[in-house]
Amino acid sequence: MDTTPLEVTGARKRFGSTEALAGASFAVRRGELLGLLGPNGAGKTTLIRAIAGRVALDEGTISVFGRTLAQQDPRPDIGVVPQELAVYPLLTARENLEVFGALYGVKGSALRERVDWALEWSDLKDRATEPVKRFSGGMKRRLNIAIGLLHSPQIVLLDEPTVGVDPQSRERIYEMLASLQQSGVAVVLTTHHLEEAEKRCERIVIIDHGAIVASGTLNELLAVSRQAMGAVRLVVKAPADDVERQLAALASAGVPRESVEIQRGSLQDVFIGLTGRDLRE
Amino acid sequence: MLLTLLRIGWISLKRDRVVQTLTFLLPIMFFSIFALVFSNQTDPTGRVRVAVVDEDQTDYSRTLVEALGKEGGLRVTSTVADGDAQRPLTRADAEGLIRDGDLPVAVVLPKGVGGVSMFAPATGAAPQVKVLLLADVSDPVAPQVVAGLLQKVAFTAAPVTMATEGMSMFEKFGGAMTPQQKKVLDDWQQSGGALPSDSSDSSAVEMGLPIETINVLQSEGGDTNMVSFYAAGIGVMFLLFSSAGAGGALLDEEEAGTLDRLIGSRVGMTGVLVGKWVFLLLIGVAQLTVMFTWGALVFGLPLASHLPGFLLMTIATASAAAAFGLVLATLSRSRAQLSGLSTIIILAMSAMGGSMFPRFMMSDTMQQVGLVTFNAWALDGYLKVFWYEAPLWQLWPQVAVLFGLTAVFFLLARRCARRWEAI
Repeated sequence: MDTTPLEVTGARKRFGSTEALAGASFAVRRGELLGLLGPNGAGKTTLIRAIAGRVALDEGTISVFGRTLAQQDPRPDIGVVPQELAVYPLLTARENLEVFGALYGVKGSALRERVDWALEWSDLKDRATEPVKRFSGGMKRRLNIAIGLLHSPQIVLLDEPTVGVDPQSRERIYEMLASLQQSGVAVVLTTHHLEEAEKRCERIVIIDHGAIVASGTLNELLAVSRQAMGAVRLVVKAPADDVERQLAALASAGVPRESVEIQRGSLQDVFIGLTGRDLRE
Repeated sequence: MLLTLLRIGWISLKRDRVVQTLTFLLPIMFFSIFALVFSNQTDPTGRVRVAVVDEDQTDYSRTLVEALGKEGGLRVTSTVADGDAQRPLTRADAEGLIRDGDLPVAVVLPKGVGGVSMFAPATGAAPQVKVLLLADVSDPVAPQVVAGLLQKVAFTAAPVTMATEGMSMFEKFGGAMTPQQKKVLDDWQQSGGALPSDSSDSSAVEMGLPIETINVLQSEGGDTNMVSFYAAGIGVMFLLFSSAGAGGALLDEEEAGTLDRLIGSRVGMTGVLVGKWVFLLLIGVAQLTVMFTWGALVFGLPLASHLPGFLLMTIATASAAAAFGLVLATLSRSRAQLSGLSTIIILAMSAMGGSMFPRFMMSDTMQQVGLVTFNAWALDGYLKVFWYEAPLWQLWPQVAVLFGLTAVFFLLARRCARRWEAI
C-alpha cells in the first residue's frame, strides 16, 4: 500500500477564461507540515477545494494513500479547515463540535470522546458551554480548526488558519498543529505569513498562476531562487574583510560583479523572487 | 457639503437595483393590482353570480326569472347539466353550488309564490310563502345585491300583477272604485302596464316580496368565521415572509462558511435542503397554530371543532411555503437581494391571492389570475374548513395543489443550489 497520504498530479481547472490551476502537482508526507504559498489568486484555495472535493478538476488526479479519488468520492481521510470562521455563533463550542461531528459520521461514545478531546486540544474546555459569539477571534479560530479534525482525518488542509489572530493565539495554533504532526497527520496549510511558514513548515510549495513554481525546504528554495536570479550566494561568518576577499576571488575567477547586497537569506526573498512584485488583486 | 451627501446617495441608489425596484417598481405594481381589482368603478359590485330555482312554475315566477336574467348586475344560472341535456335547478342543486363555493347566493321561488301578496299587513297576517335567498354570507355583498334586484324586478317586471293586487286591497279596505276609476285602470292594464317615467319610488321596497335569507353554510356565527378568514389570510402572508427569512439562513451559512462544511459532510446538498425544508415546515406549522390558537382564545375562532381540516391545510400550506422560501433563498445572491425579492413577490402574491382582501370581491378574471398564487389555494382550503365546513376529502384540490407546488419549488431550489456544489 502506498503510504503517501496525499498526492496531486497535473491538476488543471479553468473558470471561463481564467486558468485557476495549470497542472499543479505536489505531495505531502506523513507527519509533515507543508506550507502552500502563493500570491492572491495564485490558485491556493482552488487547489485546497479540489482536494476537498468541492472543485471538479478538468484534468489531473488526486490520490489519497495511493487511491485515486473521483470528484464525488467521500473523503473520510481528509479534514478541511476553511479560512472563514465556519461555526454557528449561537451554539456553544461543545454544541458546534457535536453537530459537525455527527454530520461527519462520528456517533455515540466516539463522538463524546472526540468532542472532549477537541475541547482539550483547542484549549476551550473551560468555555465549552458558552455561545461561540462571545469568543475572541483566536478562540473561534481554534474551534474552527478543531471542528475539521473531529472525524480523525489523516490529512488536514488548513486555509489561512492564523489570519486575524493575536501572536499568542497564533503560537497556540501552531502548537496544536505540531501535536497533529507528532501523531502522524499530514498537514497542508496556506498562509501569507512568510515568516511563519519559514519557521514552522518543513517543506514549502510555492504556487503561482495555477502552477507549482518551486517546492522544497527553505534552503532548497533559497538555492533555486538564486539560480533563477543569476546570483551567487556567499556564506560568511561576519568579518567584512572576509567578504572583500571572497569577492576578489570571484572577480579573479571571471565572475562578473554587478552589485553586492549583504543580507540574511529569507523566504520573503524567495517568494518575491519567484512570484514577482506585481500586485495580485 | 449637502451636494456631497446628495452625490453619495445618488450613486448608491443608481448602483443598487434592489432599492430601485423597491422604490419605483413595487408601488407601481401594487397600484396596478389594486387598480385591476377595483377598476370597474361604475358597477362596483361586478356581476353577481346567482342561481335561480323556480319551484312555482307559474307565469309570474317565470316572469321574475326572466327579469332577473336580464339584470345587468347578475349572472343567472337556472339550469344544470344532466348528462348531455340541461335540466332546471332544484333547491338541493342550488344549496350544493353554494356549499361548494361555486356561487355566493341562490334565489328559490317556492310553490305558491305567484299568489304572494306584496301588500300584506305587517302584523296579524297569516304566514305566507316567502322567496328564499340561500346565501354564503362570506360574501357580504352578493346577497344584498340580489335581494335588492329581486324587489326591483318584482315591481318592474310584473306591474300588472302588482297593480291588480293593489287595487283589490284598495277596494277591500277603502271601498269599491267608481266606474270611471275602473275604466282608467282597465285601460292601463290593457296597455301592458307601462309604468310612468317618474314611478320609481324607493318606498315601494318596503312593500315588496317577502324574502327570507338563509345562510346555508354557517353554524357558529358569521363574526367568528370572518376571524378565520383573516387568520388564514394574514397567517399565510406572514408565513411566506418568515419562510423566506428563515430560508435566508442558507445565505448566512454560505457567507459564514458553514454551508461549505455541511455540503462537504455526509449529508450533501440535497440533504441540507431537505433538512432546511423540514425545519421551515415545522416552524410554519407552529406559526400558524399559534396564530389560530390566539384567534380561538381571543376571538372565539372555532378551531377545536375544525381541528383535522385545520391541521391538514396547515401542513400543506407550511410545506409549500417552506419550499417557496428555499427557492427565494437559492435564487438570491445576498440577504439584501433576498429581502427585496421576497418583499416584491410575497406582497404581490398576497394581494392577488386574497390575503389582503377577499378574492370574492375581485372580478372573475382577477379571481382566476389569483389562482397562480398559492395564497389563493391555501385560503380556499381554510375557507372550506372554517366556512363551508367541508369534509376532509373535499380539500383534495387545495391539498394536492399545495403539495404539488412543494415538489416543484423544492426541485427548483435544488437546481438553483447547484451553484454551491462542486464546480
